This record gives sequence, C-alpha cells and structure tokens, in this order.
Amino acid sequence: MNNTDPASTRPLPPGPPLPPEQPGTAHTATGQPGPAAPGGGTLTATQVSAWFGSNKVLEGVDLDMDAGQVTALIGPSGCGKSTFLRILNRMHELVPTASLAGSVLLDGEDIYGRTLRVTQVRRHIGMVFQKPNPFPAMSIADNVAAGLKLTGTKAANRSELIEESLRRAGLWNEVKGRLRDAAGGLSGGQQQRLCIARSLTVRPDVLLMDEPCSALDPTSTRRIEETIDELRGQVTIVIVTHNMQQAQRVSQRCAFFLAAENEPGRIVESGPTTTIFESPKDSRTSDYVHGRFG
Amino acid sequence: MPCGADMGGTVSGDTVTAVAEAEPARRRIESRLTAGDRVYRTLATAGAGATLVLIVLIGLFLLIKAMPALREAGWSFITTKEWSPDAEKPRFGVAAMMFGTLISATVAMAVTFPVSVSTAVFINEYAPRRLRRPLTSLIDLMAAIPSLIFAMWGLFVLVPFLLPLEQWAVDRFGWLPFMKAAAIGASLSNAGLVVSLMTIPIATSIIREVLSQVPRHECEGALALGATRWGMIRTVVLPFGRGGIIGGTMLGLGRALGETLAATLVLSLTFEIKPRVLENGGITVASALAVQFKDAQKMGLSALMAAGLALFVVTFAINLLAAFVVSRSRSGAGVDA
Repeated sequence: MNNTDPASTRPLPPGPPLPPEQPGTAHTATGQPGPAAPGGGTLTATQVSAWFGSNKVLEGVDLDMDAGQVTALIGPSGCGKSTFLRILNRMHELVPTASLAGSVLLDGEDIYGRTLRVTQVRRHIGMVFQKPNPFPAMSIADNVAAGLKLTGTKAANRSELIEESLRRAGLWNEVKGRLRDAAGGLSGGQQQRLCIARSLTVRPDVLLMDEPCSALDPTSTRRIEETIDELRGQVTIVIVTHNMQQAQRVSQRCAFFLAAENEPGRIVESGPTTTIFESPKDSRTSDYVHGRFG
Repeated sequence: MPCGADMGGTVSGDTVTAVAEAEPARRRIESRLTAGDRVYRTLATAGAGATLVLIVLIGLFLLIKAMPALREAGWSFITTKEWSPDAEKPRFGVAAMMFGTLISATVAMAVTFPVSVSTAVFINEYAPRRLRRPLTSLIDLMAAIPSLIFAMWGLFVLVPFLLPLEQWAVDRFGWLPFMKAAAIGASLSNAGLVVSLMTIPIATSIIREVLSQVPRHECEGALALGATRWGMIRTVVLPFGRGGIIGGTMLGLGRALGETLAATLVLSLTFEIKPRVLENGGITVASALAVQFKDAQKMGLSALMAAGLALFVVTFAINLLAAFVVSRSRSGAGVDA
C-alpha cells in the first residue's frame, strides 16, 4: 500500500544544520520575504457576479486589492463574501452548479482567461480555509513542502524552504523539534498556521483567507494576526472576517458586502479601513461596523 | 467501539491509600443501564455471540470430520500432491490444491487491485457527475451477479479471446521459468482471471464507498496549492482511503480463495504443482472439493473435510492479517482537525 502514498512514508532527507534559534526572533528579522514574491500581486475584480444554479448570490462586484496590502471583506453571513473570495482563486468552480460573470485580473492577466491554467492560478493565489485542513497522514515537514510536490516544483533546498515558510507563518519555534511528527497532533491554531506555512512555500503573490480564526481561541487568533502583519508587504492578503476588531487590526482596506433579502450580495462600500470604520458614507456600513445588525 | 456501559473503571482501594493518605478516597463510578439499554445490549451481544459460535461450530465440525484423514496422513497431508484417499494404500494431501488456490487468488488479486482502485477513483473523481449514480449502481449490481454467469462468460469468451496474447507472452518471455508452457489455456492464470471478474465488482464497490467519504476540505486544501486533480487524489484521497482499499481488496481475496466455479469450469483439473502459471492444468481446494465429493468413500470424505479445514484456516489467517494491517495503517486517516 505504501506505493500509493510515497509522501507520508518517505523519510526527510537530512537537511543542512539549521542556524541556532535565538529566543524572540521568530517573527522579527528572520521571516525574510522570498525573492520571487517581493510585495505580492495586484488583484482587480471587475463586475463580478456569481450564481449557484439559478440562484444569483453576487452582483456587480468591483474591487481592487492592492499589492502587499491586507484587504478585509466584511459583512453579515450569506452576503457572498466567501463566494467572492473563492472566485479569486477559482475555487468557486469546484461547486458543480456554480457559474460567474465578470473578470478577475492578477497583475493585469485574466485568471479565467486562456493564457493561465487553473493550477497556475491557484499556485499564485493561495488560500487558507476556515477550518484548518492539513494533510493528516503527512508529517509537519511534508505538509509544508506539499505544495512543491503537488506543483511539480523541484527544490534543492527543501529543508531551508520548510524552515523559512514555518518562520514566516510564526510556527517554527513550536515545531522545529518535531518536524517529522504527524500534523494531526498539532493544536487547532498551530494547524492553521501550518496551513499558512504550507500556502507560503509555493511563494504565492496573493493569499486568500476565509475566516482563518473563526475556529480558534483568542491566543491563536492573536498569533495569526501577528503572522498576517508580518506578511504584509510581502504578499497581498485578502481576508474574510466576521470580527470587526480583527478587520480594524489587520487590514488597510476594507470592503463591506451586504445582501438584501432575496437579493444577491453587493459591495455597499469599500475604501481605507479607517474610513470604513470611522467615517463611512453609507449608513448601513456605519450600522454594521458598530454592531447594530449582522 | 462500545461506549458507556463499561466505562466505569474500577479503582482498587488498596492502590489509592498506598499512593497518599492526604488524597480523598476516589469514588467508584457507577452507571446504571436503563431497561431499554439492557434489552438492546442483550440483543447486540446475542447477535455477535451467535456469529462467533457459528464460526467455532463450523471449525469444530470440519476438525472432527477431518480427524480420521489427518491421523492417516499426518504431516504428509501438507506436502503431498496426489489425491487418492480411497485407494488401498491412501495417499493424499493439499499441496497441489493449496498451491493452485494461492496462485489463482494471487493472479485474481493482481488484476483486481489496480482495476478496482482506478475504477473507484474514476467514478468518484473523474466521471461526469450525472454518470456517477448509474455507474455506482452498475458496479453494485455486478457484485450481485451469480458467479456462474461470470464463470461461463470467462470460459467461452474471455479465455479464448486471451489465447493469442498468452501465446505471444509464452513465445516472448518463455525463457523466464514461470512463463514457460507446453500447452496454454485452462491454466491457473486463466482461472485467476475469471475469478477476478467476480472480485472486481465487490472490491470496487467497497473501495468507492470508502473513497467517497474523503473530507472535501482536505481535497480543497490540495487544490488550493495548485495541485492537479491527480495530485489531489494521490496526496489526499488515496491516503485517506488506505484502510478501505486494503479491506475491499481483502474481501475480494476471501472470495477468490473460496471461489469454486471458475476453477472447476476453466481449469483442466490435475493434481499437480504448476509454477508455470500459464500452462494448462492445475487444481484449487474449492474445485477439488466440488468434483471429488460425489465419488468419495469413507476416507475420501474425511480427506475432503481436511482440505476444507485447511482452506478455512488459510482464509481465516489471511483475513486476520488484513485486519491487522488495516488497523495499523489507519493512523491519521481519521484525524479530524
């Protein structure tokens, strides 16, 4: 049976000795950005609409997600923000009845166009899910390196890449001694940061996060927010969150989605996070960010 | 796993006081079953017990009936090829038939395993959505077709069809010891192929069912990294289904070991050990039992019982081994974050 799953059984190659860790350096100077992703990519969504079967869930969404910035998508449940997020890396089409209109450009190139393969799109635009989803049969190190294997990327310095990704995700100090242990043994927050590390290994230009902290305790949430903060400037981040404080803490720009009853979701207002929270133009935005509904 | 009823672990009073006097006495936790629980527990226990008792009874029956033959033959029962238990000087053993059984089952499994796994993966992951249900039903239906139908089709269609291919293989690779053949057709590998017709549907059905339980969010995790569909299957679906793949294959193997008709119809029955798997002739335990029963005298009957017992033990051992493998390989597959 081993031949069906070489990844989980193959021992790690003995990597070069890792530099000694100084306490407290985990998320300061060590998380250097990779040379391939200096600043991330710009995502531009134009007139995006989406359907599940005949049910229209999203209408005419225009949004620019600037390179290296954190854009938060906020709004009550069922307003289409997760659907929008999944459109940004072509996960939307995995639902059999799903369809869409409009376009999404990554640095000017249409991700739904003919020039890009869907696997390339997802390699450049990574995703972290609501529920941590490490590959349970793989070791921690194999999880981090899974993207390399899955995209057929040859990496001579595999163990260095693993360390770098884990450092960038703020997990290195906690797992460096047990890289070969199964990923299933980590706590929920660690698993989520492992998933972030896994996404970073393939050096994406954009990282999408779908309520990454909703299943986590406050301490883990804070760790992840720190991680997002450290990634800013290196990777473009788009994060869906229900937590208003979180949106304020981590994002530079914010888009407020809302769906009226029996209508598709639309963007009510978008702009700099401070504007959205302190001086929104629309009264519905003001009501929502101040917790008066949703 | 049984839950509730036996969870009240008893702590002996001695150990408690021995640890430390300051500690409060630990309470013995009692859980009283409701009347309904007691009824269902009794029913479930009785059902499980009946199955066990049945297996033991069958084993005992075979053992008692086989005793005269086993006394007569002694250890030579395992090593003897011939089968003439009713002769004046009885000489008989399971060597040839056990060999034939294992070879044809091996051939059957060598075909069943890859075909079943790829069929299951195809239905679940590649087939157009509207074809999935019909294909699933078709496979389940095939698992229910009587083996006689498969055996006849194998005998009259598949085996003749494969003859030219076998001839080519023998001509080309005849220098390999096990590929030599004086005459092809009606061989152990033919029998194994026909058996695989019967084991493929049942193995596929089980494997497909298990693979369909793969957590979709793990699949999405792989796809979101830029994986191809095959990459996702390799890293997520197959590791998750490992236990079920082994289990399904083993259930097929159980059937292959006991399959009677295929060998009886396809093989030209000879009590010989034939390592040349493509060569005409051979015998399996089940087919020997089927054809010898009618003419068996007193010792012959007992000898057949002994052969049955041998098959019973081998099947049991293989399934036990499979259960062991499955229980060990399941680590991680069930971990749910």
